[in-house]
Amino acid sequence: MSSFDTYNYDVLVIGAGGAGLRAAIEATANGVSVALICKSLLGKAHTVMAEGGIAAALSNVDERDNWRVHFADTMRGGQYLNDWRMAELHAKEAPDRVRELEAWGALFDRTKDGRILQRNFGGHKYPRLAHVGDRTGLEMIRTLQDHGIHQGIDVHMECTIINLLKDGERVAGALGYEREKGQFKLFRAKAIVIATGGIGRAYKITSNSWEYTGDGHSLAYHAGAELMDMEFVQFHPTGMVWPPSVRGILVTEGVRGEGGILLNREHKRFMFNEIPELYRLQTADNEEEGWKYTQGDRLAKRPPELLTRDHVARCIVREIKEGRGSPHNGVFLDISWIKTKIPNAAEHIKKKLPSMYHQFKKLADIDITKEAMEVGPTTHYMMGGIRVNADTQMSTVPGLFAAGEAAAGLHGANRLGGNSLSDLLVFGKRAGEFAARFAKENSQGVIDDRKVEAFVQQALEPFERTAGDNPFQVQYDLQDAMQDLVGIVRKEDELVKAMHELKKLRERFSKVRVIGNREYNTGWHTALDLQHLLTVSEAITRAAIERKESRGAHFREDHPQKDEHSGNCNLIIVKGEDGQMLVKRMPLRDMRPDLIQIIDEMK
Amino acid sequence: MKADFQIWRGNASGGKFETYSTEIAEGMVVLDAVHQIQAAHANDLAVRWNCKAGKCGSCSAEINGIPKLMCMTRLSELPLNKPVLLQPMKAFPLIKDLVTDVSWNFTVKKKIKKFKPRPPDAQDGTWRMLQQDIDRVQEFRKCIECFLCQDVCHVLREHQLHAAFIGPRFLVHVAALEMHPLDIEDRVEELKKANGIGYCNITKCCTTVCPEDITITDNAIIPLKERVADRFYDPLKKLFRIFRSINK
Ligand SMILES: Cc1cc2nc3c(=O)[nH]c(=O)nc-3n(C[C@H](O)[C@H](O)[C@H](O)COP(=O)(O)OP(=O)(O)OC[C@H]3O[C@@H](n4cnc5c(N)ncnc54)[C@H](O)[C@@H]3O)c2cc1C
Ligand code: SF4
Ligand code: SF4
Ligand code: FES
Repeated sequence: MSSFDTYNYDVLVIGAGGAGLRAAIEATANGVSVALICKSLLGKAHTVMAEGGIAAALSNVDERDNWRVHFADTMRGGQYLNDWRMAELHAKEAPDRVRELEAWGALFDRTKDGRILQRNFGGHKYPRLAHVGDRTGLEMIRTLQDHGIHQGIDVHMECTIINLLKDGERVAGALGYEREKGQFKLFRAKAIVIATGGIGRAYKITSNSWEYTGDGHSLAYHAGAELMDMEFVQFHPTGMVWPPSVRGILVTEGVRGEGGILLNREHKRFMFNEIPELYRLQTADNEEEGWKYTQGDRLAKRPPELLTRDHVARCIVREIKEGRGSPHNGVFLDISWIKTKIPNAAEHIKKKLPSMYHQFKKLADIDITKEAMEVGPTTHYMMGGIRVNADTQMSTVPGLFAAGEAAAGLHGANRLGGNSLSDLLVFGKRAGEFAARFAKENSQGVIDDRKVEAFVQQALEPFERTAGDNPFQVQYDLQDAMQDLVGIVRKEDELVKAMHELKKLRERFSKVRVIGNREYNTGWHTALDLQHLLTVSEAITRAAIERKESRGAHFREDHPQKDEHSGNCNLIIVKGEDGQMLVKRMPLRDMRPDLIQIIDEMK
Repeated sequence: MKADFQIWRGNASGGKFETYSTEIAEGMVVLDAVHQIQAAHANDLAVRWNCKAGKCGSCSAEINGIPKLMCMTRLSELPLNKPVLLQPMKAFPLIKDLVTDVSWNFTVKKKIKKFKPRPPDAQDGTWRMLQQDIDRVQEFRKCIECFLCQDVCHVLREHQLHAAFIGPRFLVHVAALEMHPLDIEDRVEELKKANGIGYCNITKCCTTVCPEDITITDNAIIPLKERVADRFYDPLKKLFRIFRSINK
């Protein structure tokens, strides 16, 4: 019998990014005992990297903005596959959640009259993103962290959850290991919130960190929860492409929001070539109008660079494929050109985009105030995730909640920039509140010790193998396969091939071998993360095969059109009785008439 | 081209430098080399990282003896004709290889009085602040908690006065709170006593290593020292001045 420490809490929050922190704060405010768990140190979650801003219709910069416009923008961006109730709650509650951050000490950039400043971003009709230069995520996570540490939350840092435990239908606890010594920890809890973020490490070129191995998605799936919209992986149009070692690192959309333009090798502004029907009435007619928009001209329409990410990413891929890319297989993103428009452009760029300036200067020897950057698409965000109730954030498993990037629904087929940070706040709070309520109304479930023991043994198996693959190599091969076969442009035969590859990778995973002991052993950690990566990769691929149309972030070369007939549904992934992964179609819920009216009015 | 790296391998009970050789490509940073070595030769090599872009402050280590972020240190900045020396931060207890136990920092922060705003300025519960009034605090809020400044500060590194001195990172944190236009809490007494600001003798080593270019000493610590001096020593100074004028 192996030993492990046992802890008891009312609510267990897995993940300490914006969503997890906000959930933990809310749960403690509701008077229950709370633990917050994270794989890295506190404050290092992905949220810290967010750059551009938090979307909320504060209407500080343009009084025409309000929750209705934000709602309509979010639904249009998601190609109407979004859960409309979530989109409604999000648009209505985001402003309060942002103001609350200010009350907790956040210092956003200001308007001239001293209120929170907002900037333009893709797909948002009016300037809507509250921001701090291009380090908004840092401001947000630090504010939540510094507020949270005084609320009596127990934080378990550098602790990775590897299994969820159930009592009958409902969730009863979670098993994890702490990285330092490799000891196991058993958490008994009445309710659990999954806030583990995304899956970007399933791809080779990504803006995501080592943490993004889809743990929460996979834990919930194996505990019987439904996943939804897994085919929708957001490829951000602008990641760094050169030098090779920085490939994939994000270049914020804020660059385009501040007037940056995309050029091909012929120095042509190619984004004007194709404007999608849904956005024709909202897009600038010419370059001058686009520039005026970025400078706050209220009569001007947005430049095509600020169309939704799915579209911009595909246009870039086309330029590169047709031989008009930049020297290192990207395109040019130029902000330095604004010097022809405004005085002190260099200072202005450094003030508005300080970390981009620093990042390029330091990592690529490029001064963005003088030269264009080279950029290309990078895996960025997972729209798909755990299916939840819009109001409570509870999954289909009683007592198991989800919020943030790990949950599905708000963004539909494509997320608008800035809508993630607001998502974390709005639904993190809701998840915390309803998890606390669930914990108060239910007693602690019973955990079967033999199950725990079996999970522990399973986790230790890789140490016992004397032959077998190196876990890093299996991870690299999985990333290559997903990048090549389930990337931005997809087709049936490649997706089918990906399924075969994943099957082979799963076999290799079952024989993966770990050297050394349990102390801070990154090889072991990588080996354990693999099971999650394999599960989410399979879910993405199966859903991508099933959706035989193109919509939002999911583009099928063999079915390039949107198909209202077969496509107006969400795809649900669930574990079948025999352990097989099943894909089900779920028709869209009928939208409330008042919301339909909003959408019609905003067309 | 190949380059050699001497990496500290071991835990609190002992260890040694191991030499690894790895292929170098254009634009590589130290963290890339460490990852290559980890994947190919040392699967169990302990190292922290998250963003690979200088935003999270996880990958702090000592590169050729200098505290730096591994993800922001290009190999082209280093002499590669001899091995690159990689060690964990020294001011904190070692866990394993390049990973140290930085939990002390989290404990310190918890003891600092939290943000306490004045009542809202407007009916709707919001405040008004001008950009020029928050520029100063925004500088401090750039901190990514890499703890490199803590690592280099002799009060912690050599004298190990962790119990008496909160270190530059948390003086920056206190400065951010004290100079926040909305904050009405008073932290001056704890600065002197519990935080031990007097231990800082303004060597400015912290400012030199800060990857976020925060002017730690001049903008944060010195103004805080002045506040402490005003509160605790000013009456004495006044008395002294009176004494002198009488004697004239
Ligand atoms: C470079 C970059 C820039 C971005 N910019 C913006 C922006 O400007 N605006 C915007 O709205 N969005 C932006 N995004 C997206 C947004 O930052 C993320 O979607 C969001 O931060 C996710 O937050 P989260 O709370 O869901 O998860 P995260 O912040 O990623 O936190 C996940 C947490 O879960 C923990 N965890 C994971 N697995 C486990 C496990 N098995 N056991 C225990 N803990 C676990 C992790 O340790 C971590 O603490 C950006 C993303 C990136 C990468
Ligand atoms: S200036 Fe003060 S805080 Fe900074 S390193 Fe020197 S003694 Fe330490
Ligand atoms: S002040 Fe600078 S050196 Fe110190 S922890 Fe913050 S970012 Fe790092
Ligand atoms: S990995 Fe984030 S600062 Fe280096």
